[in-house]
Amino acid sequence: MSSVLFDAPGPAAVRRNKWLAVLTVIVVLAILAFVLYKFAETGQFSATKWRIFTFPLVQQTILGAIGNTLQAFAAATVLSLVLGLVLAVGRLSERRWINTPCHWFTELFRAIPLLILMMIIYYGLPPLGVQGITPFIAVVTGLTLYNGSVLAEVFRAGIQSLPRGQSEAGYAIGLTKSNVMSSILLPQAVRAMMPVIVSQLVVILKDTALGFIVTYDEILFQAKFFGSQVQYGSPIIPAAMVAAVIYIGLCLLLAGVAKWVEWRMSHSRKIAAGTHLVAPAGTGIPQV
Amino acid sequence: MVRRLARPHHRPARKWQRSVDTLLNNLDIFTTGFKNTAILFVVSAVFALILGTIVGGMRVSPVPVMRAMGTVYVNIVRNTPLTLIFFFFVFGYPKLGLAELSYPVLAIIALTLYTATYVAETLRAGINTVPLGQAEAARAIGLPFMQSLSLVILPQAFRAVMPPMISVFIALLKNTTVAAGFSVAEAGAIRANLSERGEPAIVVLLWVAFVFVVLVALLSAIQHHFEKKWQVTR
Repeated sequence: MSSVLFDAPGPAAVRRNKWLAVLTVIVVLAILAFVLYKFAETGQFSATKWRIFTFPLVQQTILGAIGNTLQAFAAATVLSLVLGLVLAVGRLSERRWINTPCHWFTELFRAIPLLILMMIIYYGLPPLGVQGITPFIAVVTGLTLYNGSVLAEVFRAGIQSLPRGQSEAGYAIGLTKSNVMSSILLPQAVRAMMPVIVSQLVVILKDTALGFIVTYDEILFQAKFFGSQVQYGSPIIPAAMVAAVIYIGLCLLLAGVAKWVEWRMSHSRKIAAGTHLVAPAGTGIPQV
Repeated sequence: MVRRLARPHHRPARKWQRSVDTLLNNLDIFTTGFKNTAILFVVSAVFALILGTIVGGMRVSPVPVMRAMGTVYVNIVRNTPLTLIFFFFVFGYPKLGLAELSYPVLAIIALTLYTATYVAETLRAGINTVPLGQAEAARAIGLPFMQSLSLVILPQAFRAVMPPMISVFIALLKNTTVAAGFSVAEAGAIRANLSERGEPAIVVLLWVAFVFVVLVALLSAIQHHFEKKWQVTR
């Protein structure tokens, strides 16, 4: 194999690479072994610390917490997609009184840290007389404002990456501006940006964990609760492991869906061969 | 409250005045908060760059085992919420009987491990933007490995890497606020500190948000500057 960085290896390089491979394995195994040894030494794998997770009631509570996480994720996803579409279309409007506010809105909410946003909603609004702010509302609103703004930029980049002929053809057959946007540009833009959109959904799923800090009853919240039960040996590390398996599992599942969507699109008969749309450069890395 | 109701026409100006007072009367807490944020940001950025370069190097290395290890690390950590990494280090680490570390140090470890994956991916993407022909041409004129790397490939990759790398650091700056939930007295924790002094949460939080907006705008301006200056024309 040849790449930008190195040529196809010759016999000496092959030998050296083998040694490097062995060395890497040894170093990584040593680190892993040290961590596992420390875990074992402090009894993180002992039955007492894991017993609490065998109780059906505890398991149900954790399932409930997963449900809460997914609820916040689902609500925030739908709302951010809607907000993102509205803002993207707004930013592309030719009327200045529409596109300027949309521009400032996206710039502002991408710059404020998501946690501060959630805190503003959760701690800041109730004293001003705003009623009924639950942690759920704070988490979903914060996620929506931030990710809606990020997705708006994604949609906009997608629309702008389309060839001009697309909208010109639409106008030529007599479609109105909104018709061109809704039936010509947006469907293609969404399709082109699908991988980026789904990886932004993974970001939403991960960021629901911030709800832990504004007391939303999600996975980490329960992990902290069960992890601090002294009579079961304060199993905080087992609790973190459980939470990690759940989160990584959910995120990998979502990433798998992204791969599948990408694969299906590249094999779709609706998209003729040769017109394969490529996401514009620089949009591949999702905003964290 | 009574006075305010008695003279309603003065309200907007007084509200603004009191918001400024909230900032000025508690400037000590605001400055310590943002000083700690700056420390978290700079130290984590340096370590994330180092670790990220190592992992990124593994991701593009000719040794398959190294590539696999790099991929596993990036995929696991990128699919873990930052809050959970903090959770593990702040609550779990002290139980392991290792060297005692303060909360800010644990926060730096969490931020470093998380951000390093993004640094690694940005580096890899940047190296991949250099066309294979560039390296082949360098080899064809007889440049040895180190020279083709330092004279031909890395200068081009660096230009492509710089703007997205600043995006990674903007994200890191915003992510430092997560430390507020884990006993580090940085900018995100200013609200909790000031609610003891009886300051209105919304005013305090809006000031914090304002400073972050200014800082992010500053970093974005630098990014735009370099984007224009270093645009690679192909």
